[in-house]
Parts: sequence; structure tokens; C-alpha cells
Amino acid sequence: MSLISVRHLWKEYDDRVVLEDINLEIEERAFVALVGPSGCGKTTFLKMLLSEEVPTRGVIELDGKPIPAEPGPERGVVYQRYSVFPHLTVLGNIVLAKDLGARNIGGRLLGRVFGAELHAAKAKARELLDAVGLSHAADKYPSQLSGGMQQRLALAQALMAEPRVLLLDEPFGALDPGIRADIHVLMRKLWHERALTAVMVTHDLPEAFGLATRVIAFERRRDEPSDGGRYGARIAKDIGIWPPRIAGAPAAHP
Amino acid sequence: MRLVNRSPAKGWARVLALLPFVAVLVLYLIASAVRLSENPADKLLPSLATIGDAIVRMAFTVDVRTGTIPLWNDTAASLGRLFAGLGIATLIGAVLGIAIGVLPYLRALLGQFVAVVSMVPPLAILPILFITMGLGEASKIALIAIGIAPLLVRDIALRVMDMPHQQFIKAQTLGASSWTLVLRVVLPQILPRLIDSVRLQIGPAWLFLISAEAIASESGLGYRIFLVRRYLAMDVILPYVAWITFLAFLMEIALVLLQRRAFPWFAAARTAQ
Repeated sequence: MSLISVRHLWKEYDDRVVLEDINLEIEERAFVALVGPSGCGKTTFLKMLLSEEVPTRGVIELDGKPIPAEPGPERGVVYQRYSVFPHLTVLGNIVLAKDLGARNIGGRLLGRVFGAELHAAKAKARELLDAVGLSHAADKYPSQLSGGMQQRLALAQALMAEPRVLLLDEPFGALDPGIRADIHVLMRKLWHERALTAVMVTHDLPEAFGLATRVIAFERRRDEPSDGGRYGARIAKDIGIWPPRIAGAPAAHP
Repeated sequence: MRLVNRSPAKGWARVLALLPFVAVLVLYLIASAVRLSENPADKLLPSLATIGDAIVRMAFTVDVRTGTIPLWNDTAASLGRLFAGLGIATLIGAVLGIAIGVLPYLRALLGQFVAVVSMVPPLAILPILFITMGLGEASKIALIAIGIAPLLVRDIALRVMDMPHQQFIKAQTLGASSWTLVLRVVLPQILPRLIDSVRLQIGPAWLFLISAEAIASESGLGYRIFLVRRYLAMDVILPYVAWITFLAFLMEIALVLLQRRAFPWFAAARTAQ
């Protein structure tokens, strides 16, 4: 059974159709890149996966059940900006995932973990910081970090919550090319080493083909001004990367 | 060079900052000397010596009738009311402002109401406060709180709504409930902005305090100024005004320091946005 299953999904704003009849099955451990011209609805699609937007018609299922009506810890997200919290240190930002996820009394009332739980959370946070190469910056605030480091932090923070699927909304779009190449290496490493399923929106085709197992292109069948928004975007291309990128087997691709 | 591209050196900038203060003082001394040379009994612009005598009398001499030193007694009474009023208003501003900012239902219920309430001129309802709460401390504290709280509520609600929407979604994907979202994400980021808002309300708070004290009171800085007005005692009024200004200035500095110390991340985060 696929992890995410999208069936006959439509999104309309007033009389403008954004997405029409999207059908998509995403397997566990897949890395799906969504590409397409700007305004084609790829970010809207991601927002619906996140329950930030509601589909006009159709269903999205996660693990065979309709997705919850509001965002939750089963779906993580990294945005291009504002993904990390400016008032918390790097370590605090990551531990926050355990703080907010705690379902005991302290967690529900104060949004914090204490004692042994806090100790474990900090240890796990340090392990993640190490994995994203930020262990030297644990006590800094996000504003003291470069853009690339902030996105590394955002990845670590999202992974701390151990989501079933990680949603990435042009996460590296604002970074300089050199920094972007570095973080691509990190992204590949994380995907290989951790139980990670990812859906990434990007307008950077090399990035899409360089990271994903599957590249999906959204496009409108017709997009003439005279159409008046009657045609939404559909899946125009669904390309499996060849040779297949296999999670945990980094050798097939550089 | 164009004027817009020329800026003073550091030392010179300090001299320039002092200049207006010195100018006002010099102008006063000249005007005072001119008036006093025409009429030595003139009370409108007393000499520095006369003002000095008044300061000694008010700030360093025990009043035989009350057994207290007037300036300190007045200062304690006024600051007590001011802090109580500001404290209540700040609490209301934080709690209600954040609630309206994060809860769409409460925003729909109270948004317009608070906007209208904040348009009521506080001094116009001072008589109502005197009638319902009496002439004691309660009505004066209430005037300050009522005068400031609606503005703080609106300001904080707007600042909460200005927070990037992504942060709200992000916190939920980390497992936050409405309550922990407020507690761990919204409140800590709003507190330094609350300090900014309160700073801007120090002036109005003094205005409301002095008005209330002028109308019905038996102590306080505003009470004293309006009391000695009957005797045209400019030698008392002027140092009192200077003292009030100084106190307000100290409060401003204290809040700036508090913001810098308690929220070290804030200055950089503000410029980054």
C-alpha cells in the first residue's frame, strides 16, 4: 500500500480552477519532486498535503486513512523562510519538537519536557545537529546563522518530530549556488540514512533530478487568457529517475 | 558632499545632542534675568537661586504639618498609581491581545468592540469612574488602565497577526496544541514587542495620572503642581515638571535595558524580518 494516496483531487478558488483531477500514489521512502511553471498550483498541492488548504473535491490519504483536518506531527514541513523560531537557540529549536510533542502533563500544560525526557531530547537533538553539521552552533540564535545554516537547522528540527512524510516548500530556493550544492549533499545523506519520505516543491530542475526518486511536473492543458481559468493544472509528466535511486544504497548516484 | 551624505563624528554628535538642552536653559536664564530686573518680585520666571530654595524646601525638608518630605511622598503616591495602572493595562493587553490575535472566533467577537472602546476619550469617563469607584486610589488606577489597555490590546493583536503564518503551521507540525503554541511560540516573541508598546504608552499614562490627581487627590506629583498653581509657585512647578520628565525618561531606559537583557535575540530578529 502506498504511503500517500491522492485521488481525484480538485482545487478551485471562486471560478478559477487551480488543480484538476490529480491522482497520485507515493510509496514509502520515495523522494518526490514537484516541478512546474510558477502559478501551476504545486505549492497549493503541498499546502493541501499539509492540511493548510482544503481540497475542493477529492481525497488525500496517509497510511490508508484520510489526512487529519489540521497540520500535525505526522507531516513535517520546511519552508523557504520562517521555518525556525527566532526566539530559541539552535538547540532549543530542535528540542522544541519534543517539547511540543510531549503528551504528558508537563507537555500539555507547559509545552516542555523535563528531567530524563529533557535529557534524552537534548541527546537526540545533539545527534541531529551533528548530522546536519551544526553542532558548533548549538547555543546560537537563528539570526546569527547564515541562510544555509538556518535551513540545515530547519531540516533537523523537522526530523526531530519523526514525521511520516517531510514536505519541503522550495527549501533551498533562496540559497547561493555553492551553499545549495552543500545542502543537496546533506539532503541526500539524510534521505539515505533515515526513514524518510519527502515531497519537495522546487522550480530548480537540476535540484529535482539531483535529489528525487521521482519527478512530477504539473502543467495546465490549456492556459490561454481567453480560458478564464477554466483549466487547472494536471500531472503532465511523472518521471522515475533512472537508474533508480534506492534509499540506503547511495552508490547508484553520486 | 550632499547634506544627506554628511554625518557628524561621534563626539560632535554628543555635543549636538546637548545643544538644544543648553539653548533652552540659556534662553530661560536670559528671560528670567530680564523680568527680574524689571520686577524683583516677579513669580513667573524665578531665578535659579529661588528654584534651588524651593527644591530644598520640597525635597529635603520635612513638612511640619504632615511629617513627611513632600517630593518623596508625592513621588511614592504617584508612582504607586502609575505602576498599578500600567501593570493592569499591560496584563490585559498581553492576555487579550494575544487571544484576539490567535483565535479567529475571539477576533470576530471582540475585534470591532475593542476598536470602538479604544476611541472613547478616557478623560471623558473620568467622572464616571469618580462616581462609581469614589475619589480614592481605585478610580485613578482605573483611569490609567482604561486609557491604555485598549491601545495595547489592539497593538498586540496586530503584532500577533503580523507574525509569519508559517510559524503557526510549523509549530503544529511539531505537535503544538493551541495552548502550547501560544505559550512557546507566540508569547515569547510578543513579550519584547509588548515592551515596545508599553514604552510608547508611558507618556499617556502620566497624562492620565496627572489629570486624575489634579482633579481629586490629596497626594501625588500632579496634585502638588495644581495645588501650588494657586500661589503662582513657578519655583515649585518647574522642578516638579523636570522631575516627572526625568522619571518618565528613567522608565523608558529601564524598559529598553530590560528588552535587551531579557530578549537578546530580539534586536537581530527584528532587523532580519
